[in-house]
Amino acid sequence: MSRRVAVVGVGQTKYAAKRQDVSMPGLVREAAKRALDDAGMTWSDIDAVVIGKAPDMFEGVMMPELYLADALGATGKPMMRVHTAGSVGGSTAIAASHLVASGVHRRVLVVCFEKQSESNATWALSIRLPFTGGNVTGAGGYFAPVIRAYMRRANAPDHIGIKVAVKDRLNALKNPYAHLHLPDITEDTVRESPMLWDPIRYLETCPSSDGACAIVLADEDAAKAAPNPPAWIHGTAWRSEPTMGAGRDVVNPHAGRDCAKDLYAQAGITDPRRDIDCAEVYVPFSWYEPMWMENLGFTDEGAGWKMVDDGATSLDGDLPINPSGGVLSSNPIGASGLIRFAESALQVRGMAGEHQVDGARRALGHAYGGGAQFFAMWIVGSEKA
Amino acid sequence: MRQLQRPVAIVSWASFETPNEPARNEVEMLLPVVQEALQKAGLTQNQIGFTVSGSSDYLQGFPFAFVGALDAVGAWPPIRESHVEMDGAFALYEAVNVLQEPGIDTALVYAFARPSRGELDRTLVLQLDPYAVAPLWPDARGLAGLQAQAMRDSGRFGDVPDVPATTVADGATAVVLAVGARARELTDTPVWIRGIDHRIEPAALGVRDLTSSPSAEQAARSVGVDDVDAAWLHALYPHQELLLRSALGLHGQRVDAKAGPMMVGGLERFAAAAAGISGGASKRAVAHATSGPCLQQNLVAVLEAEK
Repeated sequence: MSRRVAVVGVGQTKYAAKRQDVSMPGLVREAAKRALDDAGMTWSDIDAVVIGKAPDMFEGVMMPELYLADALGATGKPMMRVHTAGSVGGSTAIAASHLVASGVHRRVLVVCFEKQSESNATWALSIRLPFTGGNVTGAGGYFAPVIRAYMRRANAPDHIGIKVAVKDRLNALKNPYAHLHLPDITEDTVRESPMLWDPIRYLETCPSSDGACAIVLADEDAAKAAPNPPAWIHGTAWRSEPTMGAGRDVVNPHAGRDCAKDLYAQAGITDPRRDIDCAEVYVPFSWYEPMWMENLGFTDEGAGWKMVDDGATSLDGDLPINPSGGVLSSNPIGASGLIRFAESALQVRGMAGEHQVDGARRALGHAYGGGAQFFAMWIVGSEKA
Repeated sequence: MRQLQRPVAIVSWASFETPNEPARNEVEMLLPVVQEALQKAGLTQNQIGFTVSGSSDYLQGFPFAFVGALDAVGAWPPIRESHVEMDGAFALYEAVNVLQEPGIDTALVYAFARPSRGELDRTLVLQLDPYAVAPLWPDARGLAGLQAQAMRDSGRFGDVPDVPATTVADGATAVVLAVGARARELTDTPVWIRGIDHRIEPAALGVRDLTSSPSAEQAARSVGVDDVDAAWLHALYPHQELLLRSALGLHGQRVDAKAGPMMVGGLERFAAAAAGISGGASKRAVAHATSGPCLQQNLVAVLEAEK
């Protein structure tokens, strides 16, 4: 990046199926205020506001930056709204980081949210195009065959998804903001839960959540004044590919691999498994953890499931994945990517509380969206790059 | 707003607009426009450093609608790409910022919409406070009427024109940007973006002074619009042009004001201004875009010919 950029504040709401205690402005302010407090700033310190969220149909509000402008202290300021499907939380952070890296702004507030209880998320995810038949209901309907293909290619045993589902929910017990707190979850309860889209069972699926996440990005001078340790951005990358195309590999997407390569080159990472201490990775269905381990180059193609089986991705493993509980434990769709980026920042700031990975100094934040075609990633570190 | 370290120019553009596109969907409409802009710059998609677009799922009529537009762009091998659910002018703003990154020297910006398929006046109601205002369904033309009436009541604007039907137009615009020396390689007449900024006002109409445009004034002050000889304004109704002329301090400059297709009209102003400047009709001009009811959000840029 041209100028150094740091995360100096992080704020999250409690994630829940329905946040009926707040309006949309109330929800975003809850996260934004926490981020400002963490950064030792007030609304007037912010130069620009960038919001991001998934399709407007999830709430029934078109272009919500217009409605939310004054709620987020944006009156008289530049304000933008990013929309890149499921990866939006990540790409919003990246778009905002460019506003600071370019030297145009000094302190930028980033807020991503979803209040999807206001609408019907499954309806909004079951896209019916004119003149096409509908075979798919919900995101799981789209990804189940992709997961089946992975299992066959990698010769992966059936229990891997179940292990991930348990691991992430146990991690979530250490995260007070997480939506799902399931202290009684076991591999048996997961296996016995209803099959939704074979092989994805109910307890291997993300919840539908309301929530917001906010971060404050600052340039080097502004970061000096921040009361809490900054997380320095070492690299950001984003890549997109078409939904359909003859060359596509939906199981191990080209865009994801290219994105990670670009990211590692920027951050000077030559051995991702060794150089990265932990990662918050977008896993909405349990099997995506081993799949992303391969796509991100943490292990060879076909070996991702072994990382799970060996316990490498557990909180006490050599590469903890989703110490926060991940998307499997909280999924306000428009916010989930930013939650990954924010949690990676909390790790290297030493501020992740009970789910802190000891000694984490470099962490990866990852988000994906659409038909596994949009990728946004960053690396943050305790030290300046 | 600080100065741009790496100067950015518009090197090519293409636009298409029709009151009613009867046969092609958004992607089919967009494809030739993107092709034309790239061809005029002598570039293929593989050579573009960053791609960013503006569009609205609600105007397209289904969630994640913008995703299909990648088929018009040719995102293979995978590209560095993003999207705003805003007028393409705001995508251009994002591109200008991303182009400050060393190693990213060109950008493709596009916008597309086909509002003729729906009821634009009513769809835009969904931009309003969903709890207390939207359920009353105050249509876009009605809200514009409130602003026109406020202007009349103030007595400060002389004859305030009636509010015509909301412009419904289908179309697409694509603009290619390049940095510094790269811009000069790609065209003999780069149109330099000397400054660009945008500001927003509160949502509730009752909190705002509808007889002025503070966000347009602030954005204009930030970029400095003295010494312009022309302005390409994104005015959704004729009375908005009066307000914008006042907010931008335009007296006697040549003004070209139009609405264009929703989500595209602002980016189209950049294309039109670039055409005017590179064709010699102007040396230094304002390009403007607006979003939201009654000029709630305004983007102002100053474009200048190669000296």
